Amino acid sequence: MTKTYLEHTKEIIMNMGPQHPSTHGVLRIKLWLDGETVVKSEPIIGYLHRGIEKLAEYRTYTQFMPITDRLDYVSAASNNLAWVQAVEKLMGIEVPRRADFIRVIITELMRIANHLVWLGTQANDIGAVTVLLYCFREREEILDIFEMFCGARLTLNAFRIGGLANDIPPGFKEKVKNFIERFPKYIDDYERLLSENRIWLQRTKNVGIITAEEAIDLGLSGPSLRASGVKWDIRKSNPYAVYDELEFDIPTGEVGDVYDRYKVRIEEMRQSVRIIKQALEMMPEGEIRAKVPRIIKPPPGEVYHSIEAPKGELGFYIVSDGSTMPYRVKIRAPSFVNLQALSKMIEGHLVADIVAIIGSIDIVLGEVDR
Amino acid sequence: MNNQNEKKELPENYEKIVNKINSIFSTAIIEKKFDRGELTLTVKPEFLIPVAEFLKEESELKFNFLSDICAVHFPKEKKFEVVYNLYSIPYHHRLRLKVRINEGESVTSLTRVWSTANWLEREVYDMSGITFDGHPDLKRILLSDDWEGHPLRKDYPLSGEEK
Repeated sequence: MTKTYLEHTKEIIMNMGPQHPSTHGVLRIKLWLDGETVVKSEPIIGYLHRGIEKLAEYRTYTQFMPITDRLDYVSAASNNLAWVQAVEKLMGIEVPRRADFIRVIITELMRIANHLVWLGTQANDIGAVTVLLYCFREREEILDIFEMFCGARLTLNAFRIGGLANDIPPGFKEKVKNFIERFPKYIDDYERLLSENRIWLQRTKNVGIITAEEAIDLGLSGPSLRASGVKWDIRKSNPYAVYDELEFDIPTGEVGDVYDRYKVRIEEMRQSVRIIKQALEMMPEGEIRAKVPRIIKPPPGEVYHSIEAPKGELGFYIVSDGSTMPYRVKIRAPSFVNLQALSKMIEGHLVADIVAIIGSIDIVLGEVDR
Repeated sequence: MNNQNEKKELPENYEKIVNKINSIFSTAIIEKKFDRGELTLTVKPEFLIPVAEFLKEESELKFNFLSDICAVHFPKEKKFEVVYNLYSIPYHHRLRLKVRINEGESVTSLTRVWSTANWLEREVYDMSGITFDGHPDLKRILLSDDWEGHPLRKDYPLSGEEK
């Protein structure tokens, strides 16, 4: 009796990660494979867990600020914004308009920087190395702007409860203006390299599809949800800061595949440029910090505040017992929830596609593991 | 905060939500609170699933998006609060649903209402030690499987041994 080759094949289990260049950190995925096809998968996380929520309970509201930088370290200013706004909501502090505009400019620049890192690494994972170099060249300019603004390049920690630490320095406006005038041309460059590139299309079109219903059910948010055709952006639906005064569109996809997620992020960068342009013009003179008590001691109560971070809905749920330290802080990290959809997306795809799909949902393990 | 000032119609809207739930589950809500522009409803644990399903399906509410689940420990009262932050993508409104349980009690899993609950409940279990009945795969998520204790309980020390 000779067995055929096919009868010998069986399902094998393979680990991808935690040390794998294209899992963007220490993500491990347990794969059940039939040949090269994924039958089932299970993401295993927690390798970067630092107990941030526990740390928050032993720090004052101000002391927790720099720790939020370490959540999603690619877009630190967005984390800062979500935290300070949550505390401001808890205490009922009104922020001066000028501060709000500066916050919007900084976080939108952060969004562009985040999407540039995403685009560069995603393209690099799929095999287009040039794009990475281009993206990081422009990101460098944004980091220079941040350095000019607050001295830090990555972990800004420049917002304060009630406003900002410092006003913008002289020459800042011109520098930002100069950058956003040139930047749309660079986006066209990236698109010329990728959008109609045959290899790029083959690797991304109809890969990792998720429908709108599935995406909502799984709690996807941000560009990954909008790529499935759901027009939901917290900046528009529940506007915070001054987003209700600014004009911008919400780009959406149709199919919900890797390509759509790419397209949505590209378009979001263009919208961010639009927002920054308006904010620079509308920014009034005036105070940058509200009258805030020296010791932050919010009245007892609870609050949930979420913002549209570059990766999705970033929310802070704070319970205060009236003391100087929060009683409980829960971080609704977009990457954590979005990662849950990975298994659904990679089912039935080849191992090589997993790399493209992980990249497309844009996770940062600092935020997943907290 | 701008967003608080602008949504003036919200309380009215929320009143409608409360009335709707009250009309169907007259005994389910044990506490309602409107604070800082947010509505919190505390329901009896046995009503969690029906209320959640109602909130999700009802055509005027449509809370189709489960943002977050969080557990808060109150060691003095030996109680836990499990907090569900809901959102409605079609209507842009938020709601906080709460259940109060004693230490050691379990909550019904919401995985069959919102799939998001899967990982979120695993995290709550991992961090606070609350078990969820009917969860398909309840195990630790962030900490390793052989970890002892649940760090976000208030009696768990920040570092070293508890004195």
